[in-house]
Amino acid sequence: MLPLTGQFPKIQDYGVIGDCRSAALVSNRGAIDWLCWPRFDSPSIFARILDRDRGGYWSIRPSGSFTVKRWYVQDSNVLETEFLCKAGRATLTDLMPVSSEEFKCTTLLPDHELVREVRCSEGECEVEIDFYPRAQYGLKSMRMQSLGNFGVRMDVNRGAYWLRSSIPLHLGEERATARVVLKQGDVLQYSLTYAEESPAVLPALGENTRAAIERSVKWWQNWAAMSCYRGPYRDAVTRSALALKLLAYAPSGAIAAAPTTSLPERIGDSLNWDYRYCWLRDSSLTVRALVGLGYVAEAEAFLTWLLHATRLTQPELCVLYTVFGEIASHECQVNRLSGYMDSRPVRIGNAARKQVQMDIYGEVIDAAAQYAQHVEGFDRTTQKVLIGLGKYVAGHWDRPDEGIWEPRSGPQNHTHSRLLCWTALDRLLAMNEKGIVPGIPRESFTRERDRIREQIETRAWNEQLHSYVATLDSNDMDATLLRLPWYGFEQAQSERMHSTYRKIREALGAGDSLLYRYERDPQEGAFGVCCFWQVEHVALGGGSLDEAHHMFEQLLTYGNDLGLFAEEIEPGSGDALGNFPQAFSHVGLISAALTLEEQKRGKAHPAVKVGSDVAASKREARV
Amino acid sequence: MNWGSWLLWGFLATLLLTTVSSMTQGMGLTRMNIPYMLGTIFTPDRDRAKLYGFIVHVAIGWLFSLIYVFIFHSMGAASWWRGAIIGVLHGLFVLTVVTALLPGLHPRMASEQHGPTAQNMLEPPGFLALHYGIRTPLAALLSHVVFGALLGAFYHMK
Repeated sequence: MLPLTGQFPKIQDYGVIGDCRSAALVSNRGAIDWLCWPRFDSPSIFARILDRDRGGYWSIRPSGSFTVKRWYVQDSNVLETEFLCKAGRATLTDLMPVSSEEFKCTTLLPDHELVREVRCSEGECEVEIDFYPRAQYGLKSMRMQSLGNFGVRMDVNRGAYWLRSSIPLHLGEERATARVVLKQGDVLQYSLTYAEESPAVLPALGENTRAAIERSVKWWQNWAAMSCYRGPYRDAVTRSALALKLLAYAPSGAIAAAPTTSLPERIGDSLNWDYRYCWLRDSSLTVRALVGLGYVAEAEAFLTWLLHATRLTQPELCVLYTVFGEIASHECQVNRLSGYMDSRPVRIGNAARKQVQMDIYGEVIDAAAQYAQHVEGFDRTTQKVLIGLGKYVAGHWDRPDEGIWEPRSGPQNHTHSRLLCWTALDRLLAMNEKGIVPGIPRESFTRERDRIREQIETRAWNEQLHSYVATLDSNDMDATLLRLPWYGFEQAQSERMHSTYRKIREALGAGDSLLYRYERDPQEGAFGVCCFWQVEHVALGGGSLDEAHHMFEQLLTYGNDLGLFAEEIEPGSGDALGNFPQAFSHVGLISAALTLEEQKRGKAHPAVKVGSDVAASKREARV
Repeated sequence: MNWGSWLLWGFLATLLLTTVSSMTQGMGLTRMNIPYMLGTIFTPDRDRAKLYGFIVHVAIGWLFSLIYVFIFHSMGAASWWRGAIIGVLHGLFVLTVVTALLPGLHPRMASEQHGPTAQNMLEPPGFLALHYGIRTPLAALLSHVVFGALLGAFYHMK
């Protein structure tokens, strides 16, 4: 039996729904505890995940005690939660409706909509509905106005929310409630919409809502069916792809790191960050995941966003951007919210926006190189952008930076940043050789690339430890060192990498196949994506393929019952930590599954395969 | 109506408008590139789009300068400041009305309601075209003011 109120659900007790413009978290107690409209980074109207009293929520659940099971409708982002009560069984369906662009041209649809339907499938069930929205991260109450059959209207700044219900609701000052006994076959439906730019569209309930649910399921299933992954981990890979797709912002092609802010990396501590932005550090792995699964349109939209939405700061790149390529807002604290399990402060905006991270250039260029395997070439503007980034790397690679993990302790000479600078120049040279990016200064790029290699091989290699190290001339270990083979800098089976991997396991191993990202006291959780990097490293030659499969299967058990991963995993309990669900963890999972399959089939790893054979042969034919 | 003067200065003012727009992009003030946005109506090819868009933009600018000339005549005089004021109004019209209509008219531009289907589309401009950078309204107004001021300063009424 689940506790009903008061306590915070665990992070893994949530599921996510969305429409590729925003997302909501639904707990396994039937409550929507997080929703920001109209964009991922907009202020919330439900934020109970960050404050049980003031955050706001929308709960639909049985009034007595109950047990719960939940699942996504096969290969979709439509969430079903089944409540088993004393006298019956009821299923709650949650979704943000989606449809094709063609359908949208034929029907009037709300700009933003969240649909909830509860259906009693057996016996009878008393259900409580409690709708308590709070605008601006819980700071503002929302006055409700009943407009009869049209529903309940709430005005906030320049937008209007409408709640439509298939049964009358009791309206209080700030909340709408109802309690109803459902008998087998009874159905309740709700539609919450938001309009900002134009008069709201008020969707009809009843058959219309059912049709919206069926249409959405079909849309997601069709999308999932486009995946070309045929390996043994289909369910986990499909769920990760669907989660990643939910984090894409379709109007611009950007992909947010997570839909939430300030879910803690250590419970009760201050490691709470706003992840509702787009991190360039995720780009290489994201394109690898999308392209590897056959979602070339998504990869193209993302890469276009990467290269063109970031134009205002080029050739320098910022660490993170909003979905429209603006620099993320200043970091501020919302002191009124108590934070998830008292993990203060709740932060809005991200101060990492002003950090220097040299690795992101390599991530972006490697993303372009991976995508280049599937196209004939790049247009001149894209070529110019890539060359501009390459020149910047050639001139600045030896600059100390904050590195991929964004510690707020000042710049250092990170091995991983050097590795990605090496990758940037190496990929540009490779693309140049294939004729994809002509006109690069080959001589200076080759010289600088070789200088970076020399520096990594000498100063990032610690002879005493017999291991590569996290920063030049140091003794520190870091999970990013596992990426040396992934980017093609070292062989995974080389003696240096064998001993480095041993040291990483010694220093960062967290039991099972879990891995911390770096050495820290006290430690945070094991870092999701690093655990999957380890699988890839072992599969690429750092161990055996069987060992890699075993690790991967072990890691899959740390996802929640829906197959979703947060940023980190608490090694003792297996609980999820950090923002949820996390794109970086899911692209790590997909990439690891792809690598396992590639290794099984003896296919080349993408790091060593730059440029399209198809494109090359077409070019040769033209010549 | 002095047709010769309109043809000459309408054309030159449009070229100047395009130049100032390109400069504001080059200086990192905005990502709004009107010739590119117009050109992608006809082709997804980025390089060709810029060329086609440039031609369309010059034609539209030339046509718009005719409206400026009519307004000068209705006022009884042309001057740089009259042109600049019309330029401000013109710029505001582009920023509020044209950018709001564009996602509906443009076959390759996403709207704010686009998704989840992934297609390579131009991102929508948003209110005052702010999605293309926070200084976009400033850049757009500047280029239109320069356009109007040049036309007002050099157009001969007779």
